[in-house]
Amino acid sequence: MNDITLVVLIGLAALTLYALFGGADFGGGVWDLLAAGPRRDAQREAISHAMGPVWETNHVWLIFVIVLLFTCFPAAFAALSVGLYVPLTLVLIGIILRGAAFAFRAQAYRDERLVQTMGRIFGMASIITPFFFGAAVGGLAAGKFAWYSPFALGVGVFAVALCAQIAAVFLTLETDGALREDFRARAIAATLAVAAMASLTPWIAALTKPATFAALTAHGTLLDVALTGLVAVALLAGLWLRRYALARVLVACETVGILVGWYIAQAGFLIPGITTLAAAASPATTLRVFIWLVAIGALFLLPSLLLLFGLFKASRRAG
Amino acid sequence: MGTSLAFHFVFAALGVGLPVLMILVEGLWLRTGDRRYYRLARTWSRAMLVLFAIGAVSGTTLAFELGLLWPVFMRNSGAVIGIPFSIEGFAFFIEAIFIGIYLYGWDRLSPVAHWLCSFPIAISGALSAASVVSVNAWMNTPAGFRLANGVIADVDPWAAIFNPATTSEVLHTTLAAYVFVGFATAAVYALALLRNRKDGDAAGAVRVAMLVALTAIPLQLVAGDFSARFDAHREPLKLASEEGQFETQRGAPLRIGGLPDPSAHTTRFALEIPRLLSFLAYDDFEAEVRGVDAFPAADRPPVPAVHLAFDLMVGSGFALLAIALWWSLATRLGRHEPNAALSRALVVSGVLALLAMEAGWLVTEEGRQPWIVAGFWRTSDAVTTAPALDLTFYGFSLIYVLLAATLGWSFRNIAREPVREKPAIPSGTKP
Repeated sequence: MNDITLVVLIGLAALTLYALFGGADFGGGVWDLLAAGPRRDAQREAISHAMGPVWETNHVWLIFVIVLLFTCFPAAFAALSVGLYVPLTLVLIGIILRGAAFAFRAQAYRDERLVQTMGRIFGMASIITPFFFGAAVGGLAAGKFAWYSPFALGVGVFAVALCAQIAAVFLTLETDGALREDFRARAIAATLAVAAMASLTPWIAALTKPATFAALTAHGTLLDVALTGLVAVALLAGLWLRRYALARVLVACETVGILVGWYIAQAGFLIPGITTLAAAASPATTLRVFIWLVAIGALFLLPSLLLLFGLFKASRRAG
Repeated sequence: MGTSLAFHFVFAALGVGLPVLMILVEGLWLRTGDRRYYRLARTWSRAMLVLFAIGAVSGTTLAFELGLLWPVFMRNSGAVIGIPFSIEGFAFFIEAIFIGIYLYGWDRLSPVAHWLCSFPIAISGALSAASVVSVNAWMNTPAGFRLANGVIADVDPWAAIFNPATTSEVLHTTLAAYVFVGFATAAVYALALLRNRKDGDAAGAVRVAMLVALTAIPLQLVAGDFSARFDAHREPLKLASEEGQFETQRGAPLRIGGLPDPSAHTTRFALEIPRLLSFLAYDDFEAEVRGVDAFPAADRPPVPAVHLAFDLMVGSGFALLAIALWWSLATRLGRHEPNAALSRALVVSGVLALLAMEAGWLVTEEGRQPWIVAGFWRTSDAVTTAPALDLTFYGFSLIYVLLAATLGWSFRNIAREPVREKPAIPSGTKP
């Protein structure tokens, strides 16, 4: 395996982890906004409790992906920044509003109206951000950075549904009793929404024929789509039978499956204006130093991550 | 970008310095069992929660902004200076993880384990600051590549990170964070003391903060001298601008204050100390100092802004040293409470420390103009080709102003909210 391939794999792995962990965070915001019923406040409390210790870490994956792109593929970084300027700026505004509102809400507990306003900003931003991330991805897949095409906007909705699904499934493991049933119902609804979007997007694609359409129907992609579909069915069964730990594993597999499908489809096209990875890559020395840095950084990062998640996610009802 | 950076500088400095204060207060609590320090640690812990949320958001924004506003610059330089940004990425990861553990782990970890978790935060904070500053140093004294027909070649990332200016800039900037946080915290609590003489927590906070400030400020003056000497050898035009020195001169005077007039090639109304600049820069009262006029007109920075900002920084630095010494003598290193006059001086010191830090940033940035990477790319070449640049720029600036305002408001809320008292340290865990 050459250095370019290795760096690409590291980047895709980090992007997938961001989709999973960052996605769970965005989804938490979606359910915060949609909190309803007699346990509305308890739902919000559970979401906030689950997100608190890990949300910053979850979003560093994004910074890592940006830094990797900029260090190892500066030409691709520049092309993406210019081509997807509008959706990425909107993503950025969403990230700012979201983080700020989440932190400030925690400090505003004596002012009921302010808490509500901050909560609403947090929830809206949690929808806007993954939507435009999805639209940017869709724009890449559609070719010509057409993030405003029906296909790309469809991917945006798909992304929001996926985030909501990941969060709801994770939250079934952070709660119990009636609250857990609330999130189980939400997880089932979101899984159906993801399935609906997963079926709808190819229809839009068939009608509008984006650049990657041929790749979307190639053998590798189809195999991945079939496997991911099976995982989704198993996930639905797991939720129905209240096998929450299993459901958590399955929702992670499903997310990976969806992203891998996109990676395979995109591989033949890359980014408009960038025809080969080698042409976009930094000189060999930079790539080699970066790989060593990742290896050394991982020695510190992995134990720290295990400590964090072990403390806050393993013993569910301890705090 | 400038506005974002000016704000981010403050967030980042707090992020580098505050963990050191946390280590001290929590350590003092563990050692002495003094509840004041426990309450301070809990209060600052809440401040840190908001601060790091904003810091994370502001950091993500900068990462995006680099690409959105400066794609051409980034395309040229990513291969060379991406590595320090990557180091920062990892440091930021570790920082975020231990912040989560620290802020939410008060009841889940033993007091000593919890205290130990504050060290990775302080270390990774300093490391990420150092790596980002090394990029700024690279913009001042670029190294680790050469240009072959406008294309970057012979890249050596290590030479880029450890470029000539890195040592002096990293020292000076990291110390600036500790100086700022020390004096700013002392100022906030000195204000509380002025309102209520009997506020024991505030007195404790002033003591811890001033011990940090007192340690950092003399080191900072030495580091500043080191930086100026570096400029004299490697960035003579910047030194000349800092000092308002237009003509090349043997036995150049040190100018304090005054108003540089680039069209008349002179600095008026300054207090001049004969031959001192030559001595400070080259250890020789007769040494020749090259003036601004010795360099092509198209390459000169805005001398008035650089000189005035430089004097503001140095002047504030000496004033801070004086206040720190006054405090150490009058209170015998914090054994007594500061009187009203000293408390007022401490409040002023917070403002001075902020001014000194921002002025220092202005000196290094404006002093490099018109270049973005000295000698290679001009700032005007680097800007984005994307549409509505002005709109984006003002939009981001507005967002930063709002963030800063809300941050200030949250801090005030936190200061007013008393800390819930938790059980004392369990027996047997006290070191």
